[in-house]
Amino acid sequence: MIWMQQKKNYLSMILTIAALVSIWALVDYLTSGRPPILSGYYKLNIILLCINIILAVSLNLINGFTGQFSIGHAGFMAVGAYLSAVFTQKIMIVETIAAVTGLDPTGDVARTAGLLIAVFIGAMAAAVVGVVIGMPTLRLRGDYLAIATLGMGEIIRGLVLNIEYVGGAAGMSGITQLSSWTTVFILTIISVVVIKNFINSTHGRACISIRENEIAAETMGINTTKYKVLAFSIGAFFAGLAGALHAHYFYTIQPGTFNFLKSFDILVMVVLGGMGSLTGSIIAAILLTFLSAALQDLAALRMVIYALLLILIMIFRPQGLMGNKELSFATFGSLFGKKSSTGGGEQRDGSQSN
Amino acid sequence: MTVLKVTNLTKTFGGLKAVSDVNIEINQGELVGLIGPNGAGKTTIFNLLTGVYEPTVGEVVFLGKNTRNLKPYEVNHLGMARTFQNIRLFNDLTVLDNVKIAYHSHAKHGVVSSILRLPSFVKGEEEMIHKAIDFLKIFKLENKKDEIAKNLPYGEQRRLEIARALAAQPKLLLLDEPAAGMNPNETKELMEMIRWVREKFNLTILLIEHDMSLVMGVCERIYVLDYGQLIAHGKPEEIKNNPKVIEAYLGEEVAHA
Ligand SMILES: Nc1ncnc2c1ncn2[C@@H]1O[C@H](COP(=O)(O)OP(=O)(O)OP(=O)(O)O)[C@@H](O)[C@H]1O
Ligand SMILES: [Mg+2]
Repeated sequence: MIWMQQKKNYLSMILTIAALVSIWALVDYLTSGRPPILSGYYKLNIILLCINIILAVSLNLINGFTGQFSIGHAGFMAVGAYLSAVFTQKIMIVETIAAVTGLDPTGDVARTAGLLIAVFIGAMAAAVVGVVIGMPTLRLRGDYLAIATLGMGEIIRGLVLNIEYVGGAAGMSGITQLSSWTTVFILTIISVVVIKNFINSTHGRACISIRENEIAAETMGINTTKYKVLAFSIGAFFAGLAGALHAHYFYTIQPGTFNFLKSFDILVMVVLGGMGSLTGSIIAAILLTFLSAALQDLAALRMVIYALLLILIMIFRPQGLMGNKELSFATFGSLFGKKSSTGGGEQRDGSQSN
Repeated sequence: MTVLKVTNLTKTFGGLKAVSDVNIEINQGELVGLIGPNGAGKTTIFNLLTGVYEPTVGEVVFLGKNTRNLKPYEVNHLGMARTFQNIRLFNDLTVLDNVKIAYHSHAKHGVVSSILRLPSFVKGEEEMIHKAIDFLKIFKLENKKDEIAKNLPYGEQRRLEIARALAAQPKLLLLDEPAAGMNPNETKELMEMIRWVREKFNLTILLIEHDMSLVMGVCERIYVLDYGQLIAHGKPEEIKNNPKVIEAYLGEEVAHA
């Protein structure tokens, strides 16, 4: 049956791949000429957009699909950013690889290999922090996770602020720009596909069942603590990955780069896009990255506009742009074939176990 | 063979003894009823059996294992599944997904296999769909497999809950007022389905029913609970004529009048 479904989705998949390749080629063409057709400012925002997509999609796994409430995603970003930067700037991973393999340390192969290793280590560290924070707090019901993640973000910020090895308040600057449009784009696709594949499997459904009804999930044999921690640490992993890519594109990282406001930005993307919709998160990341770029000169106003936006969503479209629906080429196809099913309202219930 | 042995089971909420010194023993293949007036403690017993609540005093031994300190999912893995008096479906998911989730603990493909879409994932998920549809067929829900659970009519939601519980492949099935809110025809049909699945899956069933006459028809043995205590236990005819039982139920009717 899945094979049949997969054959049906075959066309959709080919179209998706074609679209992705076109996007890659187009951006590459527009940004790599000498001088490039699009200025560095555009490229910077496109890279930021990809990083935001990774952040929004991974937070959605925790908040939207598993129904937990994490508000410290930037803390995981910080872990990934700092640790990966330590590996490339202090431990000199690229040079080490070059020395061991005889590759040119300024060549693309050694640089990309070094980046990937540093990114992976940063992401793993964030995932470990996720497990450490998640294990004690996710057992408890309610808002403990929100408080713990908020606290975690501040603790991590306080830590890096006081560690001179990573630059203290000044942060780390002069980080080699190892991230490129191609690596960022490919890692963004990988992140989305991994999370999508996880969600569309029995393990992802186990997470969703926790959101839907925790008591029923637990009595139906789902180890709810395990799956909450798993979703939380997968989300943390990709936030760490995003942080590492960020550090290696924007040259500088400071403790303040990953503050509560950054976490709030990501949360707004998830809520705007729809809790439980990956495509919603992607659309919201695109909209908000460009909105934020447009408001660059009104930095003070930006947070006001974000807060207003959040309030407006809550009033007029609490389920977000996409609710828990996904958009794909297959959806477009079926729009003409048959009516789409009705969706909408959320139902949460109390904790009485009748 | 004893499937379930409950000894001196007691649960207090603050000052209230919701369940008090209850002893129950159920053998393989039996269909046993648990009845009693409103607030007698029936649902609390289910919550104690399934690990949702910790007993204040007493033991639950299921298939030879003491379930103290076991989490609900661990009790489920031992082979116990239940339905809820206040339906607890995965509301925003499809009917099929509701059943698939209960089959999760029997799935063999891991997280990595799922992310990489390895052949074991495809095989595992395919098997889950087949099994889930088989359970839906039993409860005449296969045509509704793609509907969102919360959009089903009430009676079908109740049937879906039982299908979901069965998908966990339990040895002991606990049904908490499965016929509540159903019309007499639906109830009759449901009772036939329950009897049928018991034969087919070699199940042991403990059934809570508020309505005495209904439970008399299907159960071989009945426990009667009142104010947290077992006041009677035996075959339907014995229960029907037991003065304590009559008093408990009369008392309720008087209270309701
Ligand atoms: N979590 C709880 N906290 C406090 N009191 C509770 C709790 N759960 C149940 N009770 C109380 O325990 C008593 C038994 O409740 P229970 O739900 O087990 O009754 P029941 O026999 O299932 O009744 P009904 O036929 O109405 O479903 C009631 O007085 C109820 O208020
Ligand atoms: Mg009850």
